[in-house]
Amino acid sequence: MRGAPVSRALAGAAPWLAALLALAILPRLLPDWLGFLLTVAFAKAMVVLGVAVLLRSNLVSFGHGLYFAAGAYTVGFAGKWLHLRDAVLLILGAVVVSGALAAVLGLFLARYRGIFFGMLTLAFSMILYSLLLRLYSLTGGTDGMVTAPPTILGFAPGAAAGRAHYYLTLGCLALALALTRRWLSSPLGYLASAIRDNEIRVEYMGASVRQGIYRTYLLSGVLGGLGGCLVAFSVGHIAPEFSYWTQSGDFVFVTVLGGYASVFAPVMGSVVFELVRNYAYALSPYTWQMSLGGILLLIVLFLPRGLWSLLAPRAPVSNPWTSSSKR
Amino acid sequence: MDVVLEAVGLAKTFGAVKAADDLSVRISRGQVVGIVGPNGSGKTTFLNLVTGYLSPARGQIHYLGKEITGLHPRQVTRLGVARSFQVPQLYTSLTVLENMLVALAIRAGRQGDGWRALRTRARLAEARPLLEKFGFGDESGQVVRTLPEGGRKLLDVALSFALGPRLLLLDEPTSGVSAADKFRVMDTLIGVIRESGVTSVFVEHDMDVVQRYAERVLVFSEGRIIADDPPGALFADPVVRRHILGEE
Amino acid sequence: MDTLTLILLDGIAFASWLFLVSAGLTFAYGVLRILNIAHGSLYAVGAYTGATLAGLVLHSGANPLLAYPVLLGAALLVGLLLGPLLERGFLRRVYDQDEVITLLLTFAIFLILEDGMKLVWGVSPIIVAEPYALLGQLALGGVTYPLYSFLLTGVAILAGLALWVVIDRTRFGKLITSVIHDREISAALGVNVPRICTVAFTGAAMLAALGGAFTAPMVSVTPGISADVIVLAFAVTVIGGLGNVGGGAIGALLVGLLRATAIQFLPALDLFVVYALMTVILLVRPEGLFGGVEVRRI
Repeated sequence: MRGAPVSRALAGAAPWLAALLALAILPRLLPDWLGFLLTVAFAKAMVVLGVAVLLRSNLVSFGHGLYFAAGAYTVGFAGKWLHLRDAVLLILGAVVVSGALAAVLGLFLARYRGIFFGMLTLAFSMILYSLLLRLYSLTGGTDGMVTAPPTILGFAPGAAAGRAHYYLTLGCLALALALTRRWLSSPLGYLASAIRDNEIRVEYMGASVRQGIYRTYLLSGVLGGLGGCLVAFSVGHIAPEFSYWTQSGDFVFVTVLGGYASVFAPVMGSVVFELVRNYAYALSPYTWQMSLGGILLLIVLFLPRGLWSLLAPRAPVSNPWTSSSKR
Repeated sequence: MDVVLEAVGLAKTFGAVKAADDLSVRISRGQVVGIVGPNGSGKTTFLNLVTGYLSPARGQIHYLGKEITGLHPRQVTRLGVARSFQVPQLYTSLTVLENMLVALAIRAGRQGDGWRALRTRARLAEARPLLEKFGFGDESGQVVRTLPEGGRKLLDVALSFALGPRLLLLDEPTSGVSAADKFRVMDTLIGVIRESGVTSVFVEHDMDVVQRYAERVLVFSEGRIIADDPPGALFADPVVRRHILGEE
Repeated sequence: MDTLTLILLDGIAFASWLFLVSAGLTFAYGVLRILNIAHGSLYAVGAYTGATLAGLVLHSGANPLLAYPVLLGAALLVGLLLGPLLERGFLRRVYDQDEVITLLLTFAIFLILEDGMKLVWGVSPIIVAEPYALLGQLALGGVTYPLYSFLLTGVAILAGLALWVVIDRTRFGKLITSVIHDREISAALGVNVPRICTVAFTGAAMLAALGGAFTAPMVSVTPGISADVIVLAFAVTVIGGLGNVGGGAIGALLVGLLRATAIQFLPALDLFVVYALMTVILLVRPEGLFGGVEVRRI
């Protein structure tokens, strides 16, 4: 019955393909600014995915802005010094740079847990921030840098840049989600949960906890850099604040907001966050942070599994990170 | 090599306590050895030394002819020495089946084979029967956190067994298990062990359990092995009578 | 010679400021085991309140010297009002939970207070520079130095002494010390742990507000100062050792001198050196230079 697993896979993927299709049609139905908002939300969702992946091992990165900035400034520097404009090359560059950064920093971070892990990630991100901020001649300081829209497969999108970025980001997001989902259902992904549950047992099975955390961290760094790169594309302006602790705090917030019961939760959380922020700011510029704070407060106190738990309450407790666990 | 484990002159002190005092022993392939002795006599220390959790101050440990003294527990495990714990060490948020799959995946590759799924058909085909041997039929979908104590102990041993060791060390496999379940648990464990022929050593407080399941008993006292008898001859041994039964 | 003097003066001034803003944070961590992100907000509220009240006093025509005790009073007021409110209302609910939860909770409070301040004081900078200017300058070895910096150092020293006296010399301080060492045993011995926690946190809040109030005359008080302050306070706290107030003082001195040196020779690295030191400490001696309340080795 060779067809059976394939058709089962398709059946499992059907709702997601449908969602993808819906999202693909969306720009035609929505005003441009909303499409832009979604583009940014999708890009940031990738960074959130990176934070969430680490959370599976009970590690909270309070410095993921580091990778967000690394991806974004790779686009900036590559454009400024190498005159690179091609989207694919820039994305590859961002992935390589953030991957290399994670490869180095992960060597240190894999030895830490709890609040010290968080503090160290914070410290690394603030180091980058302080350099981006002060090395004015290189980085433009607080003014930041302007990043021109990339050329996609040789074509400069021109007036249709907004649409183009939407699809580019959506495509990358789909890839990132597929990659992460694959990782989650792989031994490495389960090892991340195992590490959270019982590090001793992991070592006494012959696996290395440090290596497990290191590899998870690599994935999370690359996801962060990818998000930063795509934001640089669509927003067109990058600033040192990308690496500031409040930006990292926002990413953690969204992770908690969406929950991490499913790969798609960060996407939902990110979209809700951007929408709320946009509308709340428009309504009253001095209370949107307060509203977000209030929401976070309520979630922390009453809904620790995030908003996703409202949508999918039947998500099995045993495996909170894959939405389709076969029993 | 017929000698699976050889310890020579192991010494380990904790403050004033001699947990291992010129400890030497040889364990041959296929033996099922029980270790008994009062609290603090060095039984668990012995297991910890063999698995690499502790390093001896003096002495060597050889496994299948290879010296493993001072190796990290991870390395010792990969060489084929697996242990179970007094307090079962399990992945509590995962299911019984997932615990087993993780063990098999780790056994297969350094960190499991990268990008392939955990639940491959081959792995499931190996996990399910193995779990059944240890008494997990329907419960394999249960989250470990909700397992009763006897089940946890069995799973702990099952996971260690799944690693395919040549030497299996069990630290008090029936401690915390109700009297009614003790023999059921040991029947299952020893049944699997006998069937596979793996060399095993188990630390035990309950003399009934030791008498029934071990073919050789080591009696520990103050870091030394004071007696090494088959269970039947144990109480005839004058040394045992003096130390354990307190006779003069 | 000038450079060295300048580095020393600058370093000590900055160290005093750092100590004032971080002492409360590390102290609160020691007692409650909570790293309070909203500590920066308490600093800012102290700055705003201090500036507002001092401004009122100065514009009312009263003796300008009254501004100083008013700043102190503003800080104490902010601490007394917000401390118990935050501790009893929110922090208490998450005491035995994961550190992540407590960090998120205090982050939420930070966000709320950020906008709270905007609602009360608006977004325009509030500048009340008279208390700063009033003290004038001092000529020291070829350099003119604002006397207000010495006042700040004085306030920091006094605050540190006060904290030390309370913890080391009073009965209440002994209770606090016992809670710092072991909350459960303290409770078992009959210590009213919840009350100690409230008082300790209120003290920490007062210290934060004190830092803010006395900083107000030196800067223009704007939204956003809380974010900058909290991360610097984190750095100093980590360097000294979480929960170790004395360690924090030395950590502040170290950071202050390091930053002052950077400003003299490589000004672009003034922020970098602070976070680089924080990173080095975390990598080499994570429990801090002088050890925190719990040595959490991996």
